Amino acid sequence: MQALKDHCEQEARAGRLAYQTCRRCGNAQVFPRPFCSRCGSADLAWNAAAGTGTVVGHSVLHRAPTPADRERLPYAVALVELDEGLRVMGNAGLDLGIGARVSLSFAAHGTRCLLRFDPLEQEPQ
Amino acid sequence: MNRAFVAGVGCTDFGRREGVDSLDLMAEAAGSALGDGGFERPEIDGLLTGYSTAMPHLMLSTLFAEYFGLSPRYAHAIQLGGATGGALVMLAKLLVESGQCRNVLVVAGENRLSNPGGRESAIQTLAQVGHAEFEVPYGATVPGYYALLASAYMAAHGIAEEDLAELAVLMRSHAARHPGAHLSEPIAVEDVMASRAIATPLKLLDCCPISDGGAALLVTGDAGRSTGIRLAGAGQAHTHQHISAAPSLTEFAGASAAAGRAFEQAGRLLSQVEVAGIYDSFTITLAILLEEIGFAPRGGAGAKARQGDFGRDGDLPLNTHGGLLSFGHSGVAGGMAHVVEVVRQMAGAAGARQLARVPDVGFVHGDGGVLSSHVSLVLARE
Repeated sequence: MQALKDHCEQEARAGRLAYQTCRRCGNAQVFPRPFCSRCGSADLAWNAAAGTGTVVGHSVLHRAPTPADRERLPYAVALVELDEGLRVMGNAGLDLGIGARVSLSFAAHGTRCLLRFDPLEQEPQ
Repeated sequence: MNRAFVAGVGCTDFGRREGVDSLDLMAEAAGSALGDGGFERPEIDGLLTGYSTAMPHLMLSTLFAEYFGLSPRYAHAIQLGGATGGALVMLAKLLVESGQCRNVLVVAGENRLSNPGGRESAIQTLAQVGHAEFEVPYGATVPGYYALLASAYMAAHGIAEEDLAELAVLMRSHAARHPGAHLSEPIAVEDVMASRAIATPLKLLDCCPISDGGAALLVTGDAGRSTGIRLAGAGQAHTHQHISAAPSLTEFAGASAAAGRAFEQAGRLLSQVEVAGIYDSFTITLAILLEEIGFAPRGGAGAKARQGDFGRDGDLPLNTHGGLLSFGHSGVAGGMAHVVEVVRQMAGAAGARQLARVPDVGFVHGDGGVLSSHVSLVLARE
């Protein structure tokens, strides 16, 4: 499991969101595991998301869970449905509405590399 | 198969209770439930507890058994977030019906508000229900997770913030009749709308308070020593843990699945329910559960509240104690308080809050996580 987490972190540092697809049933999963969460197969492949998607949930936080987060209030959290069909959480611009098209970037935050979504300027060709 | 009946209930005042800890609040509620049912400690052969964020312990059920003076032949602590209260009552029913136990005490309580660290510590602890790598680092809180699903659900079903506010106003008006409620000062829709933002679209008055409090329920197989209120049906459904992994953000089918299983087991219909206790950690939680289970059309819970349908004189009196939103939320006991109130209404023992017509069929629903875990109960007078 740690090796899977390390792979995701390494990919994030290179600007890519890693996810797994099952070679047996085609299921895609963004929380890494050594098996497919749908059929149990261990025959998984790594992929990288294109980095574009649609906002399906958005909230601006005015109350933070930790002192560190309190310093960056207000900040937004979004749930984004990636064009590959996967749903992920990330930080986001404050003014995004449901249905907004967004692009993914990564921002260093302490020891982690975190997802951030901002308005998509141009649809990929 | 034996049948399981409610023999007694107990509930402490909710709010700020200085100088008491989790065991004190559990003992106070348990003592009330035993007294209510006319039972003595040696008669209790089953003990079920939840958890306490203020007093984390590996063995809370036996910790309480020793403290309170019980020697049960079955003890068990369950952790299912907000669904724990319902799940404890469901397990008590199973233990009695199977013959494993005769008299089961279900008890919960904690000083979640006044414990050292207080509200801030609770907010940080609760936020950990998010995914450790894929959610928690983004700084969301429990209100934040519910705000995310609120934004999705409201957009899909045309719900305005004013609609949700109706539910907060209703809960406050119900709490005004309960002397033990945490919050009882009347509020209007404008007050909810003007309250400060917590996690958009949720504002302070869309969120339940963090409270100290305890609640308990005694379940028996001895119909003759009971209230005559039977635990007629129970059902669960668990669809996901994290909001990122929810099957849908615009439908939460776990609620209707659990309710359907409970109604089927009870041999009752949703249309027969005369009093309900439905989990209301946030206004959006209550709106979605009412709509998902079928007590309101999709997107229509706020409008029905505005019309008075969920009031004391309405078709479905709802959370007549004031719910988590106003009676208060002290963790597992908060969800248990819904069960206690439904039992009290059905037993004709709700005092100043007693409904004009004593209900024969009651329904309770709890949800844990982020609409992740669902437990429904159907109670019927027999």
